Amino acid sequence: MAAAAMAQKVLVPCSSSSSCGKVQFSPSRVHTQAIAFGGELSQSSSRKNKSLALKAVAGETSAPVTAKSGHEILLFDALREGLEEEMARDPTVCVMGEDVGHYGGSYKVTKGLAEKFGDLRVLDTPICENSFTGMGIGAAMTGLRTVVEGMNMGFLLLAYNQISNNAGMLHYTSGGQFKIPVVIRGPGGVGKQLGAEHSQRLESYFQSVPGLQMVACSTPYNAKGLMKAAIRSDNPVILYEHVLLYNLKERIPDEEYVLCLEEAELVRPGKDITILTYSRMRHFVLQAAKTLVERGYDPEIIDIRSLKPFDLFTIGNSIKKTHKVLIVEECMRTGGIGASLRAAIVDNFWDFLDGRPECLSSQDVPTPYAATLEDATVVQPAQIIVKVEQMLQGLI
Amino acid sequence: MLDFPGAKAAFTSRMEFISPNAAEAVPCFRILDDLGRALDGSDIPEIDSSLAVKMYHTMVRLQTFDSIFYEAQRQGRISFYLTNIGEEALNVASAAALTKDDVVFPQYREHGVLMWRGFTLDEFANQCFSNEDGHGKGRQMPIHYGSEKLNYFTISSPIATQLPHAVGAAYGLKMDRKNACAVTYFGDGGSSEGDFHAACNFAAVLEAPVLFVCRNNGYAISTPACEQYKGKHAIQLLAGRGYGMTSIRVDGNDALAVFKAVSAARKLAVEQSKPVLIEAMTYRVGHHSTSDDSTKYRSGEEIAHWRSVRDPVLRFRRWLESNAWWSVEDEKELRGAARKEVISAMNQAEKKNKPPLSELFTDVYDTLPRNLLEQEATLRDTVSKNPPSLAPH
Repeated sequence: MAAAAMAQKVLVPCSSSSSCGKVQFSPSRVHTQAIAFGGELSQSSSRKNKSLALKAVAGETSAPVTAKSGHEILLFDALREGLEEEMARDPTVCVMGEDVGHYGGSYKVTKGLAEKFGDLRVLDTPICENSFTGMGIGAAMTGLRTVVEGMNMGFLLLAYNQISNNAGMLHYTSGGQFKIPVVIRGPGGVGKQLGAEHSQRLESYFQSVPGLQMVACSTPYNAKGLMKAAIRSDNPVILYEHVLLYNLKERIPDEEYVLCLEEAELVRPGKDITILTYSRMRHFVLQAAKTLVERGYDPEIIDIRSLKPFDLFTIGNSIKKTHKVLIVEECMRTGGIGASLRAAIVDNFWDFLDGRPECLSSQDVPTPYAATLEDATVVQPAQIIVKVEQMLQGLI
Repeated sequence: MLDFPGAKAAFTSRMEFISPNAAEAVPCFRILDDLGRALDGSDIPEIDSSLAVKMYHTMVRLQTFDSIFYEAQRQGRISFYLTNIGEEALNVASAAALTKDDVVFPQYREHGVLMWRGFTLDEFANQCFSNEDGHGKGRQMPIHYGSEKLNYFTISSPIATQLPHAVGAAYGLKMDRKNACAVTYFGDGGSSEGDFHAACNFAAVLEAPVLFVCRNNGYAISTPACEQYKGKHAIQLLAGRGYGMTSIRVDGNDALAVFKAVSAARKLAVEQSKPVLIEAMTYRVGHHSTSDDSTKYRSGEEIAHWRSVRDPVLRFRRWLESNAWWSVEDEKELRGAARKEVISAMNQAEKKNKPPLSELFTDVYDTLPRNLLEQEATLRDTVSKNPPSLAPH
């Protein structure tokens, strides 16, 4: 690698007000001085001379503390709260899916909404994912803001054509005439012994489709904020929820807030290594971090949240600081978010890396039912600890 | 009575299987005979001379456009085309029975509906030549028209995917209590797709104001209707009585019958918020598209018969002539003028520039994300460093 002047791309961050600007890329390149690479290896020895980070997590909650005390809420309810606020604010917002109406949704995300807004705006549909997703797209093209719920994200594979060829494409192929402000959401990811068909990671399959935006929530705070942002967006957005995170509890603000769809979340600042993760794996990473911190390491943990597009501004700034990257994901090794993120990191931040970006992913197998087998399919906290130590000890 | 949640039905002690061929074939509604004369006992819909002549003008213009652009593809001037030949009456008469607020979700063989609504010959030609003035900004194949202004939703190639969209749009119209309905078109082949069944079912269950217009033209590329479905009236009974929808079978080559049926269906849909299925029997005179040679699977005599003796445009013209609303001179003048207009539109469209490179990346999202700005910059860089043949106009 030439130590000559290096091009640095100028990135402007997304402003995180409720009506956020998107990440803009300025094509002008700013040449900076070359970084001397020899100094980076001394990071681990410099740790002994400095005070160690003591806390695994930045604060008690990831929500800003405000004058009001906020309220405690479970993740499914935070989603529901966000949806309800948007439905009250904007009469064009409506929900459709199986059992979302009088039943309140299989995971209670739409509980009480049919009673409040009527069973037309919270519509129970017959079982045909391709059809009700198509319906949602047609309604969105004609002026509504539809939220389509897949009872399990895996079922939305039946709606793949509508999602890819219609939601993803029609704004483009119509020459910008028709917009599709649809939110497609539901629980996905590997659960507890739900069987292979109910343990899919759809973010892997949809990430290639142009025209779609994808976000993954992981806490009650970001779940509500992302739900609201997704509904307000004019692009088709897929909001990935995780089947095992619905009962997470957190204190969130009482006042209204909307998060930025394209922004990643800095969960724990650190200097030694950048750990990129999302959804349920965020919590596994945090669990592993407790041990890592006890052992004297200082990981920077980023919940990438935005799966398409990646927030390369936040990610890049972290890599420039730590020079080491570990991606911890639930997608399978082949063709997952991790695979794409690694490529993006190599393309953009090669000159800042000490070694190759590492990735911990699920095995390339259909998720088995037996508990022991299932546990071995996904990444576990112990593996994260081992990997981080290997990386920080220069063993890989 | 048995009162299962799934159905309320009377008991019977006789075990009797229901034969699929038990019922009579559903009759087909028509007003004009094959020679354009009103049948005895017919109830002619209220169409004055100006409406009738306008309908005829559109049919002729459509026919002319189709012939010339089909030939243009053969000459290599455009890459692809497909015609509506044989279905002009169905296209135009159904469109004439709708209002401009009714939202249309077409399959791809309904250019006449768009033409009726006011899409100009220039606009059609621009899209086919994918030049910078085309509404689609050069992103779609020829004939994949779309016009937000005219409530005609951009065509997407896969079959029947527009059917659930129409139900969704109808759902929105119902919510807004608009005096309008959704109208969607599909072929006999499209009725095999899963989306057709689910959309019909949904529309009926949800009581959505949508018209399902099946253009049963006898062929799905090479698959004849008898190989597409088994029951001799499958689409009718299945979608109609099967899914709980009001339905009718109509002679799709009879402009008056189509006009009357669609008008009545629309009224029912809008006033009672119900879906209606209209199975319009017709014949696809042209090949499926320029990628097909239909003489491979049907006889030249069959095609010639339907092109000439059973031409719906001629049939309607005969009725106009019988009312003294049309003459031989009018015909000659219209055919000449239409031909001139179409050729002029084609030549103009052909000369225009293709869309600029900047339109490659716009409209994927509402604003350009980082990766697309980057890709555009890289592309411009590549183009500027390479021979002019790669550069945009």
